[in-house]
Amino acid sequence: MSAGVAATRTRAGFYLDSVALMRISQAVQDLAGVSAAFLTMGSPSNKELLLDAGLLDAGAEAAGPNDLVIAVRADDRDALRAAFETAEAALSGPATGGGEDSGWNPRSLETGLRALPAANLAIVSVPGAFAAREARRALERGLNVMLFSDNVPVREEVALKALARERGLLMMGPDCGTAIVAGAPIGFANAVPRGDIGLVAASGTGLQEVACLIARAGGGISHGIGVGGRDLGAAVGGAMTLAAIDALDRDEATRRVVLISKPPDPDTARRIADRIAASPKRFTLCCIGMAPMDLPENARQAATLREAAEDALKGAGGAEPGATLREASRRFRHAKGSVRGLFSGGSLCAEAQAVLMAAGIAFVSNVPIPGAEDASSGHRLIDLGADEFTRGRPHPMIEPAVRDAPLKEALADPDVGVVLVDVVLGHGSHEDPAGRLAAVLAPHDREAPVVIASVCGTDRDPQNRAAQVETLREAGVVVAESNAGAAETAAALLAG
Amino acid sequence: MEDRKDPIQDLLDGPVAVINIGLAQFARTLEGQGVAAVQVDWCPPAGGDRRMIDLLDKLGA
Amino acid sequence: MTKGDVAAAVEAANARAVERMLAADPVLVDVAVAGDAIAGLGDRTILHAGPPIEWPDMCGPLKGAVAGAIVLEGWAADLDEAAELAAAGGVAFHPNHHFDAVGPMTGTITRSMPVMVVENRSFGNRAYCTLNEGLGKVMRFGGNDAEVLARLRWLAETFGPAFGAALREAGGTPLKAMIARGLSMGDEMHQRNVGCTSLLLRAIAPVLARAVDDRERLAGLFEFIGGNDQFFLNVAMAMGKAIMDPVRGIEGSSVVTAMSRNGTTFGIRVSGLGDRWFTAPVEMPRGLYFPGFSEDDANPDIGDSTIVETIGLGGFAMAASPAVAGFVGAGTAAEALNYTRAMEEITVARNPEWTIPALDFAGVPTGIDIRKVVASGRTPTINTGIAHREAGIGQVGAGIVRAPMACFERALEAFAAAMGVA
Repeated sequence: MSAGVAATRTRAGFYLDSVALMRISQAVQDLAGVSAAFLTMGSPSNKELLLDAGLLDAGAEAAGPNDLVIAVRADDRDALRAAFETAEAALSGPATGGGEDSGWNPRSLETGLRALPAANLAIVSVPGAFAAREARRALERGLNVMLFSDNVPVREEVALKALARERGLLMMGPDCGTAIVAGAPIGFANAVPRGDIGLVAASGTGLQEVACLIARAGGGISHGIGVGGRDLGAAVGGAMTLAAIDALDRDEATRRVVLISKPPDPDTARRIADRIAASPKRFTLCCIGMAPMDLPENARQAATLREAAEDALKGAGGAEPGATLREASRRFRHAKGSVRGLFSGGSLCAEAQAVLMAAGIAFVSNVPIPGAEDASSGHRLIDLGADEFTRGRPHPMIEPAVRDAPLKEALADPDVGVVLVDVVLGHGSHEDPAGRLAAVLAPHDREAPVVIASVCGTDRDPQNRAAQVETLREAGVVVAESNAGAAETAAALLAG
Repeated sequence: MEDRKDPIQDLLDGPVAVINIGLAQFARTLEGQGVAAVQVDWCPPAGGDRRMIDLLDKLGA
Repeated sequence: MTKGDVAAAVEAANARAVERMLAADPVLVDVAVAGDAIAGLGDRTILHAGPPIEWPDMCGPLKGAVAGAIVLEGWAADLDEAAELAAAGGVAFHPNHHFDAVGPMTGTITRSMPVMVVENRSFGNRAYCTLNEGLGKVMRFGGNDAEVLARLRWLAETFGPAFGAALREAGGTPLKAMIARGLSMGDEMHQRNVGCTSLLLRAIAPVLARAVDDRERLAGLFEFIGGNDQFFLNVAMAMGKAIMDPVRGIEGSSVVTAMSRNGTTFGIRVSGLGDRWFTAPVEMPRGLYFPGFSEDDANPDIGDSTIVETIGLGGFAMAASPAVAGFVGAGTAAEALNYTRAMEEITVARNPEWTIPALDFAGVPTGIDIRKVVASGRTPTINTGIAHREAGIGQVGAGIVRAPMACFERALEAFAAAMGVA
């Protein structure tokens, strides 16, 4: 496995956030002749990763959690040297990037507030061990918080949300990467017009997909409030979902509300239903994988994100799956073999599962929705953004190259008849995810397997959805109007 | 009706003004859209020294 | 007290500390003989820079200055005999800070030396600092030969009395506004004092001319001040001490009231912790060296001059003096700004009266909070001269040094204990 040469370098006391390090790692790994590159802080878990990669030498072993380790394996000494040079050059670049002026950035919340006394939101994306502390400090200073960091213990989340409720603040997250507030897309979010539909989401890509479907159908979003994936669990009890409903209830710009979540804890679900009953506004609940529940008159339940968007728009959305299927069927009489879904969005993977399940197709997933049959089925729907894939590596929305290897494997697998992928656009996402997909698809036979994609985004997104769709179509990909539509097309092709 | 003291309403009413602690990309994206954002270049408090952090927390720093 | 109460109490105490700093009204009022002006400074007593230290632990320059001071006072016939006397316990050593005084570098003060007197008129306290001897071989850098001692005698017998008389005649020279103007002229009051030295000379020249009949003598006084860009440093130091002393002893305040080094240890005092010193080994300055010298010649960090940083000047006001940033870097304006902005991370407030044009007239960072120092991992930046490691040679360079973090960590532990939360 470890042909070539390997070496490590250590920089004592050099801190850079892990996403920046991972992006540099990817850039180094992309160099010719480099087979592996890791830039990582020398924490025990990271050293374990290096050990697994066969890159933990004595120097890296000696590194502590505040030391940066650069570990590279390359074909020869020249490639190794070039890799280190590239890594070092990237590290010596401006810490915050972007600024040609040697602009000073504050180093603490306090000095940040001196610079922007009108601040009303803190975005916190620091390592998990410190994330709750920074969020608490922001709440204590009267700031609403969007906590992007994950690995925050649930008891910390409960405490933070209790503090937020006590202070009348929003505590979005942890693990919240998407919000749309007062027209501003925050974190991983799309450029959507303002409108009268409010979103409350325990899922980033769920919020993105619903917002984009509404936008593309001519609707608009008042606010999209992220609450973090565990908010509707038993421990947190929907603390922020309830706060968000309160806020949207009061908000005059919001006329309808869509709630997006995994299936909630039953007690929490009741509490939410009671709260909805007390609201004068109309609600759509989309808890993918949840059995039908009793809801008050002003609420409907949607099985998929697309259905949720359509319900919020009062059925204004298109019955587009037919069109996509016609396109797919024109080119592929029917698909043989199994479906391989390779998703970057967790909720998009869940939605595809719900669609297959509704079509009576059994499948396997690394993140199965309730009721999913874990049969010996050959159909596999994989969430590449799940923890087991992102430990020490970038999220596929940021770095779509993460999907390259499993995609190549699927394309080469004679048992795979349909490959299902999502392409998530918007601020924060990779600048050209469709291009990356197309590059992997280029050398492959266009006939088998069928590749079906959905593109979550709008034409106002930095990547421009129309251009991304065009790139995919040129690469022979069947592009559906929605993620649900892509999954339905796959199911229909299988049915033949 | 308008309660200026409600910090959530203040946020939803906009304009959003952000202190971004951590990934600089978030602040850059916001600035690109005309949202006021101040980037805080975060590093671990007290160099990550747990004992010092504990004292600092107790002293409100 | 709950955690929130403790935090609020500290914030309030620190606000009070900074209020006192900003309320200060320091005025240079006199030059007096140390033994007369400084209460308790008696025979065979040597005051020195930094936290307490005894002869065996002293660095070369401090030993040199001590020996020179002993000869100057006539307690020994020559330097060798002086060293023997000191080693045998024949003199008592005390920090300047324990006697309302400060001194640059070795900082030695003995009873016959002239000291400048700064009065803080808002609080009625006085602080003292020796007269600046000029550059090159001088006692503050451990110089102690005949030339050094002769200059000290001239300062005591000629310069001091005349300058003191002029100050008394003028009713004192207020310093606060002078500092404000100096900042706009490129001074940071530690490495660069050319603006304030000139302003002081301009203010005192007419009074001095009326007080001194002999034109040659008068010219000599002007020459001494005008020929020494750092003349004002010692004024700024006495001012710093006069400003910070009333800030001592505020219960619950985590604001630093003194930072000082004796060439061996660096010490800080914290308002809420009384007069305790929290010490750690001093660090080596980084900087530029005079021709013929290098890092190998350098003595570790030394002097009471860090009182200037304690009040928000020196390294804290680097943005006013881009050139000083050049001691360790390219000396660009942006670099200098960043030094000052970094100090905003560890301070309580900005001083609205001492502003920096290049920072859009933002005030200098004021009131070092030990909590913020420990939290940020950033210790105060100090602009400093560099002494030769051996006694008697003098200054060999100038640069920048950091206060050691261990002082602040130890102080934080004691502070937490004092607040009942350790």
